[in-house]
Amino acid sequence: MRKRCLDSVHELAKADARVVYIGSDLGPGVLNAMKMEMPERFFMEGVSEQHVIGMAAGLAMEGFIPYVNTIATFITRRCYEQVALDLCLQDLPVRLIANGGGAVYAPLGPTHLAVEDLAIMRALPNMTIVAPCDAEEMRRFMAKTIDWPHPIYIRLGKGGDAVVSRDENGFEIGEAILLREPGSGVFVTTGVMTQIALQAADKLAAEGLPCGVLHVHTVKPLDRTALGHWLPKVAGVVTVEEHTRIGGLGSAVLEFCNDEMPEQAVKIARIGIPDHFADQYGSQNSLLDHWGITVDALRDTMCRQLRRN
Amino acid sequence: MDLDQRSKHLRRAIVEALEGGRRGHLGSSMSMIEILRVLYDSFLRFRPTQPDWSDRDRCILSKGHGCLALYAILADKGYFNREELKTFCTPTSRMGGHPEWGKLPGVEASTGALGHGLSIGVGMALAARIRRQTYRVAVVTGDGEINEGSVWEAAMSASKHRLSNLTVFVDYNKLQSYGPTKDVLDLEPLTDKWRSFGFAVEEVDGHDLKALEQLVAHLPLDEQRPTAVICHTVKGKGFPFAEGKAEWHHKSGLTSEEIRSMYECLI
Repeated sequence: MRKRCLDSVHELAKADARVVYIGSDLGPGVLNAMKMEMPERFFMEGVSEQHVIGMAAGLAMEGFIPYVNTIATFITRRCYEQVALDLCLQDLPVRLIANGGGAVYAPLGPTHLAVEDLAIMRALPNMTIVAPCDAEEMRRFMAKTIDWPHPIYIRLGKGGDAVVSRDENGFEIGEAILLREPGSGVFVTTGVMTQIALQAADKLAAEGLPCGVLHVHTVKPLDRTALGHWLPKVAGVVTVEEHTRIGGLGSAVLEFCNDEMPEQAVKIARIGIPDHFADQYGSQNSLLDHWGITVDALRDTMCRQLRRN
Repeated sequence: MDLDQRSKHLRRAIVEALEGGRRGHLGSSMSMIEILRVLYDSFLRFRPTQPDWSDRDRCILSKGHGCLALYAILADKGYFNREELKTFCTPTSRMGGHPEWGKLPGVEASTGALGHGLSIGVGMALAARIRRQTYRVAVVTGDGEINEGSVWEAAMSASKHRLSNLTVFVDYNKLQSYGPTKDVLDLEPLTDKWRSFGFAVEEVDGHDLKALEQLVAHLPLDEQRPTAVICHTVKGKGFPFAEGKAEWHHKSGLTSEEIRSMYECLI
């Protein structure tokens, strides 16, 4: 997913002279082809995230479209004020490419886990948040980033994930994709969690409980139309995110219900990371297991919701 | 150094705004009137009737709390009617306690949180280089402001890119909100710091019009490096009761008596 994302930046830069790339201190050779081809639009600025965001703002104020790239924790927490004021208050078309959203960097510990990024980005007016589910969807999404007039936070998964998105679904920022028609329940998911939701839906279907999967790649702005359409049609809703249960997709869906259809809120269960810092290392999958974000947990939670309602 | 009539005229515009809003960063604005005056009178190229003219020089007030001085000079240059200053900080005004980009013509960036302007200026200076434009970027910072680490990240970057089209003016009035900068977080040796970060550095009396004009006439100081100008100034300059007094960094609930005594200083 990451490689596809960065390759897309290069492709976009070839076609549009407004595109620039700004990294902090990434691995050797990142976007080397772009660096060689257009050195004046390739920047590697060092471990200085606050400055990098401000510099991107200055370039955007002059009509450029900067794609800023570093590890998700450092592009959110470290420079939050610059993101809020330089990018969001001024509403600039800067794209934040966040490596390792969620528990991708599990072995590196809590300093490197971006598990509250959706919540803190979502609180900022004008910010758009997109978490594609696989590399192919990333490619379709990146093509749409050129003309989007607002800042975008792009959450990258680990990479090497299975491709579950489909070309015929296309991609529009802010429009959720129904990957599977709901039966009695629907999983509402974002990012690579869509993948395990599809597996859970397979399991449930085999047990005679067909459930849908609504892939909400754009966490903000939330697709209120899709939610308003599907939520009343099902008996159970399970939101799934590789993110703290505070302030992410599940919270957004509950807030939507509270605003527009409060009677639907009782159908919703939220699966996400509990409210504590990671207390294990291991791998992304072992941490997800530890937190109860598994195919079986999704299945069980959906069954519970369907029984309740 | 005595103030001439134009410097008093600009200060009077600020007092008019303070009278409207009954609050504001008086000390922080008065220390940099002459810096902005010389920049706008003698250095920057701009068109008040075409504020987004692409070849204009960009002037970013990074110490956004000094915005009263910026508003005063922009009104003086005809970006908007001076009468509008009286709306300062009122609910629907275009002039808040910190300047916002897109609200008021002539404001080049939304500032107020400190340590942001130099990075934005670096981005603008790089944009000029990529597009082979000849505009220059001036960034005015406070002294307390450069406590912020982000300023030094930006300084390293400006130096790395050899941005000779970028000049930082430090309004070094030696007082920050709590008290003397030397007590709160000493900046010295300040010229050495900027020099070691790769800047060409000059010091100047920030109220000496001739010295400031001579200096800006020779910018950039070095064709291969960004410039830093350390402007030695007096906080609250022009108002004996406020000069060098930390408590005049920001004042709210200004009384009519205080406003009257300000006008009296400017006769």
